[in-house]
Amino acid sequence: MTPSAPALGTRLRRAFFSSPFNALLTLIGLWIVIMVLPGLLDWALFSATFQADTANECRQNDGACWAFIAEKHRLILFGLYPFDEQWRPLLASLLLILGLVLSCRRSFWNRRLLIVWGVLLPASAILMWGGILGLSYVENTLWGGLPLTLMLSTFGIAFAFPLGVLLALGRRSHLPIIRALSVTYIELIRGVPLISVLFMSSVMLPLFLPEGWGIDKLLRAQIAIILFSAAYVAETVRGGLQSVDRGQVEGAASLGMGYWQTMRLVVLPQALRAVVGPLVGLFIGLFKDTSLVVIIGLFDLTQAAKASLTDVSWAGFSIEAYLFVACIYFAFCYAMSRYSQTLESTPQVNHVKV
Amino acid sequence: MPSPSVKRRSAFSWHQPRVRALVYQVLTLGLVLAGVAWLLDNTLANLATRRIASGFGFLQQEAGFAIGETPIPYEAHHSYGRAILVGILNTLRVSAIGIVLATVLGLIIGLLRLSPNGLLRGIARCYVEVFRNTPLLLQLFLWYALITDRLPAPRQAIEALPGIFLSNRGLALPTPADPMALTWAGAGLLLGVALLLIHAHHRRRAAAARALPGLLKAAVLIGLPVVGLVFGGERLGWSIPEQRGFGFSGGVLLSPEFATLLIGLVSYTSAFIAEIVRAGIQAVPAGQWEAASSIGLSRWKTYRLVVLPQALRVMVPPMTSQYLNLIKNSSLAVAIGYPDLVSVINTTLNQTGQAIEGVALIMAAYLTISLSISLLMNAYNRRIQLDGARP
Amino acid sequence: MKKIISAAIGLVLSCGAVFSAQAGPTLDAIKKKGFVQCGVSTGVAGFSNPNSQGVWSGIDVDLCKAIAATLFGDATKFKLSPLNTQQRFTALQSGEVDVLTRNTTISLQRDTSLGLRGLGVNFYDGQGIMVSRQLQVKSARELDGATICLQPGTTTELNLSDYFRSHKLKFKPVVIDNFDELVRAFAAGRCDAYTTDISALGIMRATMLPNPDDYVVLPELISKEPLGPMVRKGDDEWADIVRWTLNAMIEAEELGINSKNVDQLSKSGTPVIQRLLGSTPGIGKHLGVDEKWVYNIVKQVGNYGESFERNLGPSSPMKMQRGANALWSQGGLMYALPVR
Repeated sequence: MTPSAPALGTRLRRAFFSSPFNALLTLIGLWIVIMVLPGLLDWALFSATFQADTANECRQNDGACWAFIAEKHRLILFGLYPFDEQWRPLLASLLLILGLVLSCRRSFWNRRLLIVWGVLLPASAILMWGGILGLSYVENTLWGGLPLTLMLSTFGIAFAFPLGVLLALGRRSHLPIIRALSVTYIELIRGVPLISVLFMSSVMLPLFLPEGWGIDKLLRAQIAIILFSAAYVAETVRGGLQSVDRGQVEGAASLGMGYWQTMRLVVLPQALRAVVGPLVGLFIGLFKDTSLVVIIGLFDLTQAAKASLTDVSWAGFSIEAYLFVACIYFAFCYAMSRYSQTLESTPQVNHVKV
Repeated sequence: MPSPSVKRRSAFSWHQPRVRALVYQVLTLGLVLAGVAWLLDNTLANLATRRIASGFGFLQQEAGFAIGETPIPYEAHHSYGRAILVGILNTLRVSAIGIVLATVLGLIIGLLRLSPNGLLRGIARCYVEVFRNTPLLLQLFLWYALITDRLPAPRQAIEALPGIFLSNRGLALPTPADPMALTWAGAGLLLGVALLLIHAHHRRRAAAARALPGLLKAAVLIGLPVVGLVFGGERLGWSIPEQRGFGFSGGVLLSPEFATLLIGLVSYTSAFIAEIVRAGIQAVPAGQWEAASSIGLSRWKTYRLVVLPQALRVMVPPMTSQYLNLIKNSSLAVAIGYPDLVSVINTTLNQTGQAIEGVALIMAAYLTISLSISLLMNAYNRRIQLDGARP
Repeated sequence: MKKIISAAIGLVLSCGAVFSAQAGPTLDAIKKKGFVQCGVSTGVAGFSNPNSQGVWSGIDVDLCKAIAATLFGDATKFKLSPLNTQQRFTALQSGEVDVLTRNTTISLQRDTSLGLRGLGVNFYDGQGIMVSRQLQVKSARELDGATICLQPGTTTELNLSDYFRSHKLKFKPVVIDNFDELVRAFAAGRCDAYTTDISALGIMRATMLPNPDDYVVLPELISKEPLGPMVRKGDDEWADIVRWTLNAMIEAEELGINSKNVDQLSKSGTPVIQRLLGSTPGIGKHLGVDEKWVYNIVKQVGNYGESFERNLGPSSPMKMQRGANALWSQGGLMYALPVR
């Protein structure tokens, strides 16, 4: 005879009040929730103003002024891009998001991924720049907001990935010079903050190149992000390479495969599959790190939030602006981190069960 | 025995892996050196045409600008070198306190994540997801806006306790009037360390001696210096902040920039450390839990004596990288006006125009700090690893 | 395998080819690309500020247009780069912009160790301090112990330190790079006072602070701030063009030439005016530009007085008096070097 489930009261008692310490913690937890949640909900939803024509209408209520977001959302999302052409950055963002979603599906983890990105990256660049196919030219000093953040991170990881794989292979190489160069690069970049790499790129890169070789600000920031991420990709891929059994390399050698063939066909596919989770984590980090370009004057999502606050007629709503942008980042990053959690829990399908 | 039909290979042939390896390496090195030489040539040419000064001589020139927070005495007439030193000290100050607080908070939240209490689990989960998935820079801007907007002006400061004032200029705290009181604190610290070392030595000699609980060790290490400080303060007099003029005179002022950076760094990094703690504890085999409960250990005792020491082995390498991340993230201070290393060198770079030296200094400083922490933590890691094969 | 080797060797050789390429001077590069790239501020009303359609205006923008008119005969052949105080010098040093028309103070250090060259003054300014009226402070000498907001990397930072040191006063700086964030911090009360050029203080109070009447600019002048265009060293011809463009605008006002009467005066003016406007050739050839360069400047942009009046004067929202920026013959400091 199966015992019946304990009564609700007993379950609650066991869960929340099983010991004096537990009871105390529960009470503290309840206190935190009661202090924070109602006030937050009240400010954000119940007392908030969703519709207002001027700032003063909004200021009369105590709650959040979401009308400010309604007024400024296009500036925050798309920056200074010409108003009539804003369908283009919207479409470019959607294309990049599509690319990210497709990269997550297992059915695309092969050569199809290269084709997908090979099409989507240039397509989004063409949409943003224009100049051909009947689109008007928009120079990149006017790009801003969400499309810029997406482009910096996706182009960043796309170009950092091959460089990082090369560095990881170089670090594990038997050739001492190549190993030394790879280790120096990786440890140098990993030891310094992204800000210093951004400074170096925006301030020193022009001095490194001959006069007349202008590189524009966006490209400099992109190069900095690529160089920075490549070192972290290298370390992650190195962990994957270490997890591949030596027997695989020996088996490939016994088939007469050369170094590059072995890596391309046998080792790297296994290594990369092993570290997909950490790679997603790296992309999440990169996505957040693009917010640092505000310091060198690029108009990304964070800077767009600041710019929306300079309008004197709508002054004083910094918290609403920052929360709006924070929610956008949260949406992207949380989705990606949930995805990487499902990856970790899905069993690896390629291992032969003995 | 090579058959007669195989051609004799020359000693230095492409078919030998040794030769190929040599050629690749020479080629790569050649390319890298050529690239570096080209960059160097351009840089020198550009610097010459633009008559930009170079070299580190500027470190001895007068700085001319003031800095808001100075752990060591600094005035505008001091040199750039001293200003940069103030920046480095500010970075170390916020990093050290940040690492300690983030570890403690991360540990607590990580344990809460595994609590059987659903409410606590949910709160911890919320905390981790919110702080991990938003950029740190944005969090800093939010905290700074909250602190400067919501706190009152100094003339209407909140007096939390007598002598402690909270305003949008920061938190004013009493401090011993004479810096000599710090030597009392230092004496207390030395005494605490000496006591613990003697105890450790005693334990090694008498194998059966019981270890002191970690909490007592921590209490000794923190408590004795505090007692020393209070003692010094009582003997040498206190400097109590009072509202005067535009702010406060006397006592020490913890600026909103410092508070923002500290709160931001601690809350952000503790979310990551919480996940590391959780992963570390979950990596301990379930058999350990079962064995511990079979000999009657309570949950807390199990954590302290069985699970956490084993989890520590898994946790230390990722914790190291989180500590390094915290130190590197403190460079975001430049966005909110805390005068850390990057901020001061940024100003210097703008006043003197010597960008290359400035960026090189930033990178050298961070590399030094990163490498030292790495070395320290790797040594600790090696100590706590299992020596010999796993059972 | 062999393909990779040959590719690598080709790469090394091509590097060598680039090695020997000579860097051309700035002027050649500008002529080749066909427009002038000017560095301006990120938005200071009256000097360089975009309106809601994204069209920039201000006396610095007018100077940029005048330089384009000198070089290309067309005042529309220019592009603007908005730069904050941190980026302005490195952008100029690195070649991202050709000239900095960004209400920047000319100083010895900027002329020497930064590798830049200041080329004249288009606005004589001074540094001042603004406080909230609530503090009831009447003079800068009463600011002992105050917290003051300022931007890093500026002469204001240095001058303020000097002023306070010489009067044996102390202050706490709040140094935030981002201009909007700094103004927000000042408006929120994070600091007691704000210091920058007096012209910028007035503009800030009128356009960026919620209640302009709550703020007052203190009477003391902390320092001189002569604002003018800058180029990087290494191209004297380009420097000449910028310097003499500015002088031409002031000289045109001195001689009474403005955009309305320039056509008539180019036919029937005095010999001095004829020579200036290129009806009598000579000056343009020395400078390496079209003979009608001054005519183009005045016709398409205006003389200095018109530019000032349009952007900063009593008929503009700034409502500034000429003050020190009047012609020397009217008690100001604007004195053109002879354009002949």
